Amino acid sequence: MSGNAATRAERRLALWLCAPAASIMLAVAAFPILYAVWLSLHRADLRAPDQTAFIGLDNYVTVLSSPIWWNAFGVTLFIAAVSTAIELVLGMALALVMHRTIVARGLVRTVTLIPYGIVTVVAAFSWRYAWTQHTGWLAGADAPLAGTGSAISIIVLAEVWKTTPFMALLLLAGLVLVPQDVLKAAAMDGATPWQRFRRITLPIMKPAILVAVLFRVMDAFRIFDNIFVLTDGAHGTASVSIVAYNNLIQGLNLGIGSALSVLIVISIALIVLLLLRLFGAVGPRTARGWG
Amino acid sequence: MASGTGRRRIGWGLVDLLVVGYALVPALWILSLSLKSNETMTDGRFLPHDPTLQHYAAILGDGAFLRPLFNSIGIALISTFFAVVIGGFAAYAIARLEFVGRRTLVGAALLIAMFPQIALVSPLFKIEIALGLFDTWPGLILPYVTFALPLAIYILTAFFREIPRGLEKAAYMDGATPMQAFRHVIAPLAMPGIVTTAILVFIFCWNDFLFAISLTSTTASRTVPAALAFFTGSSQFENPTGSIAAAAVIITIPIVIFVLLFQRRIVAGITSGAVKG
Repeated sequence: MSGNAATRAERRLALWLCAPAASIMLAVAAFPILYAVWLSLHRADLRAPDQTAFIGLDNYVTVLSSPIWWNAFGVTLFIAAVSTAIELVLGMALALVMHRTIVARGLVRTVTLIPYGIVTVVAAFSWRYAWTQHTGWLAGADAPLAGTGSAISIIVLAEVWKTTPFMALLLLAGLVLVPQDVLKAAAMDGATPWQRFRRITLPIMKPAILVAVLFRVMDAFRIFDNIFVLTDGAHGTASVSIVAYNNLIQGLNLGIGSALSVLIVISIALIVLLLLRLFGAVGPRTARGWG
Repeated sequence: MASGTGRRRIGWGLVDLLVVGYALVPALWILSLSLKSNETMTDGRFLPHDPTLQHYAAILGDGAFLRPLFNSIGIALISTFFAVVIGGFAAYAIARLEFVGRRTLVGAALLIAMFPQIALVSPLFKIEIALGLFDTWPGLILPYVTFALPLAIYILTAFFREIPRGLEKAAYMDGATPMQAFRHVIAPLAMPGIVTTAILVFIFCWNDFLFAISLTSTTASRTVPAALAFFTGSSQFENPTGSIAAAAVIITIPIVIFVLLFQRRIVAGITSGAVKG
């Protein structure tokens, strides 16, 4: 397609195709996001509504000079990095089983997705009961949710169990794109299973892997439900979203809470940029990539 | 080939068992909680001592659960349909067409996926009250579609990119319009990606708690996760743990059916055949 007319037709088609997605995202998300940014630059405390005023970056200074933010940031980064890494490995293993198994494949695929299908809050409660001192079947006489290290391990466990199926399903969808005849030809040329996986399967799956990791990291960095139910952020386990919630909903301090939200977005954006730098682009790459 | 098949089946059977165990043991704990009587709820055993169906009887005999179940099914199905169709259109344009604003669209989608949802709830609440959308089906469907779109667009873009361009060119040469090429050539080939998106979006809508609790106030549109928060137990003053666990078991069944129906479409070999032929 090199002609001018074709390009114009293409542009018109693209406009029509993108209009519904663009308008609904703009209509629903634009105002809340802009409002949060506006609030973050103001003193906006619902306990003193008449003192609302523009204060520039003061809220950001307050947050960034507070140990609460940095502790939560460290905890969140740790949970996000560790759980995403475990989920990638485990998810790939699950995806391979879902793809290759010759026994009860439909059943395995369906059952594997059950953890992701259970309402997060309920799953988190069941973990809490399981780890509760004396009454839970996993806890015995200990109180593992009351120690920072053990509580964070349990949070990671709950998160990994719950969301590995998300990773596995996305990887499975990438896995089925790998042409079987290429794998067979490589096997005939004497490539070992590991070589075939490294040299053929992984490169073809790269876009699927990147999307899966990207969305898992973004989601893990905003972790809320699991921590809220398991520890409510006590014993040094608060994530950045828990801190934002405590300020927005509990503390009614919209200015600080919104500044926290914006800082969460900036943190995630930096992580995403880093990932894209390391592993290549998914979205903004040129449409002509395939040639 | 035939001689190794039996042993291979046993091997895969064992691997399957491991996977099923991983997925099911914590889920069975919830099932067990739902079958425990209130007296034995905290006895620390994995299995119920004297299994009872009292919690199931209690929630199924109560409109406070059945109407939200109906809302959940309707809202999740409609949201999934719109997110996949609208996201599919946009993803096709992003993957295949050259146009101004593509980067902006991709960036905006990412921004929405990054924003902490707790920060968006109160402004959305204000807007929906003002527009009369509060506590209605569209009042939940609109945010669900919006927040599912980034994931849908990204997954589908990645899949459309993997489909060789030659196929559409062939369709164009046969006189197909771009729309026909999309519907009859691209969409069927991207089926694994489309089905995956549908399953993930459906589960996202089905499990959402935050929007459901903040944007509804009656059973007119309250979905099950939000309704759970109002459970009081078999009788008003009892601990609702058993009822919540029973409800969680029941609302996992539609997910299982949905996945069972759709997972068949995630199969290998379609693209490779298409390239060869």
